[in-house]
Amino acid sequence: MTTATRQSMRMIFGDHLVRLGAAHPELVALDADVSNSTQTARFGAAFPDRFLNCGIAEGNMVSVAAGMAAAGLRPVVSSFAFLLATRALDQIRSQIAYSSLPVILAGGYAGLSDAADGGSHQSIADVACLSALPNMTVVCPGDAAETEAALEAALRHDGPVYIRLSRAETGRLALPAPFQLGKAFVRREGRDVALLATGQMLESTLDAAGLLAEGGIQARVVDLHTVKPLDEQAVLAAARECGAIVTCEEHTLIGGLGSRVASLLAERQPAPMRMIGIRDVFGQSGGYDALRKEYGLTPGDIVRAVLSFEP
Amino acid sequence: MTTLTAAEVSELREEAGTLRRMVIEMTYRAGSGHCGGSLSCAEILAVLYGRVLRHRPAKPGWPERDRFILSKGHAAPMLYAVLARQGYFPATWLDTLRALGSPLQGHPDMRKAPGVEMSTGSLGMGISNGIGMAWAARLRGERRRTVALVGDGELNEGQNWEAAMLAAKLGLSRLLVIVDHNRVQLDGPTDEVMPLGDLAAKFRAFGWQADSCDGHDPAALYPALVKQSAGPPRVLIAHTVKGKGVAFMEGDHRWHGAPLTEADYRRAIAELEVAR
Repeated sequence: MTTATRQSMRMIFGDHLVRLGAAHPELVALDADVSNSTQTARFGAAFPDRFLNCGIAEGNMVSVAAGMAAAGLRPVVSSFAFLLATRALDQIRSQIAYSSLPVILAGGYAGLSDAADGGSHQSIADVACLSALPNMTVVCPGDAAETEAALEAALRHDGPVYIRLSRAETGRLALPAPFQLGKAFVRREGRDVALLATGQMLESTLDAAGLLAEGGIQARVVDLHTVKPLDEQAVLAAARECGAIVTCEEHTLIGGLGSRVASLLAERQPAPMRMIGIRDVFGQSGGYDALRKEYGLTPGDIVRAVLSFEP
Repeated sequence: MTTLTAAEVSELREEAGTLRRMVIEMTYRAGSGHCGGSLSCAEILAVLYGRVLRHRPAKPGWPERDRFILSKGHAAPMLYAVLARQGYFPATWLDTLRALGSPLQGHPDMRKAPGVEMSTGSLGMGISNGIGMAWAARLRGERRRTVALVGDGELNEGQNWEAAMLAAKLGLSRLLVIVDHNRVQLDGPTDEVMPLGDLAAKFRAFGWQADSCDGHDPAALYPALVKQSAGPPRVLIAHTVKGKGVAFMEGDHRWHGAPLTEADYRRAIAELEVAR
């Protein structure tokens, strides 16, 4: 159930980082002059000797974190998602992923959530870029509880984890089970169609399932908070048991959740599919809700996708 | 002691020669590998591993060891030669350089070869890695040193200068960067491809301490490498010759990464034997 209080995912991340910092002396945080935006500044205020502001130099920051991890620390590297995933991609690839160093990459302001700043700042390809790297785990939390749980799971994981964080507000759902990387949650049962959601699309997808139920369609909602490794069993079961699949992501359709699911189903369990996501265009300035509407990411768009299947 | 005896100097010269022969042997056998930039850092690595770094080859994970990063990862053959000579792994491994399944990858892989502290190959990242390691040591009150060897060509990468600013901001006095200043990069002389200017002056302008020395003279290298002082991080510009020790390779960019024919191999080994 969603609680009444809604909070920006960055605040949830920033506060939880401080809580984890108290319990984990090996945890250190790095930021590239956006710590007051990503909220790692809270960690810096609580643990000044364990916080490093690297200035506006993301590639350097990632390689510095590689050195820290090699020396036994557990660095959390924070910046805007597009800067980590594209400007620092070589450093992430060649050092963090190649050697599977336990570095947590926290990509803030992801998807369209840096709405007013426009297409230059919106991060619509980060999941594709990072999923393509061997050894990399990619998590897109869909609410407050998953944001906190993902951070904890990443800290337990012996390898690199990218956590995709939104600037937008989110609710707090109860975790249906203990959070595990790569293990999906079935958020709503149903057998008429399966809606596979990740990250900031989780709430809209649950809303869409509610609308469909009003029309007598029982949709299963599978919460794929971890895009890589993909919970193949959950996806295959959804295709087998529900027959039709709609994937929902706030990301380009090329190389994101929809692509991953389509690849899996094409090989193992072919099923009719629709993909909700951004169709190979950059974003633009606008309100967050207006952008989600512009690029077809609303509950209504999901409902229309479901209704488009042949009966 | 900040100086070496004449006997120690001659021993290190001889060791550098041995390392060069090992590099020629292993790259010839592998059919590829970077000779030029390996040969230019023979004395640097011989002095570092033989006399300067605190390390325990039988225990590569010894927590108090000094850390060494080969930022110019294409000089992997020279690093492997010195690690084998120091006892990190058997010299027979060198025969597997670049072969399928070998721990001795074309560029150093920290997950595969004992003694390799950081995976490198994509250039311009080693100083940043060194900052992370030195910062971690300081955070934990450890006194170990961190040393990164960078090529002069890779200083074209802007990340080095991002790192230079950060290391100075942090005042990492236990971080030493060595520039293997051999003045040749893949496509040609550094002066033609991308002029570097006065490197010592550049680093000083970034807030570093800077020294320079003859990178092929153990007597000059040793005091420059053991020197430690409070204050900002330090760079040592080691003036070297690409392909040093093999006349037909010296200063010639075509030997950055070209494979050796049998005739090349015989000439190179013969020359290195004579120099013994």
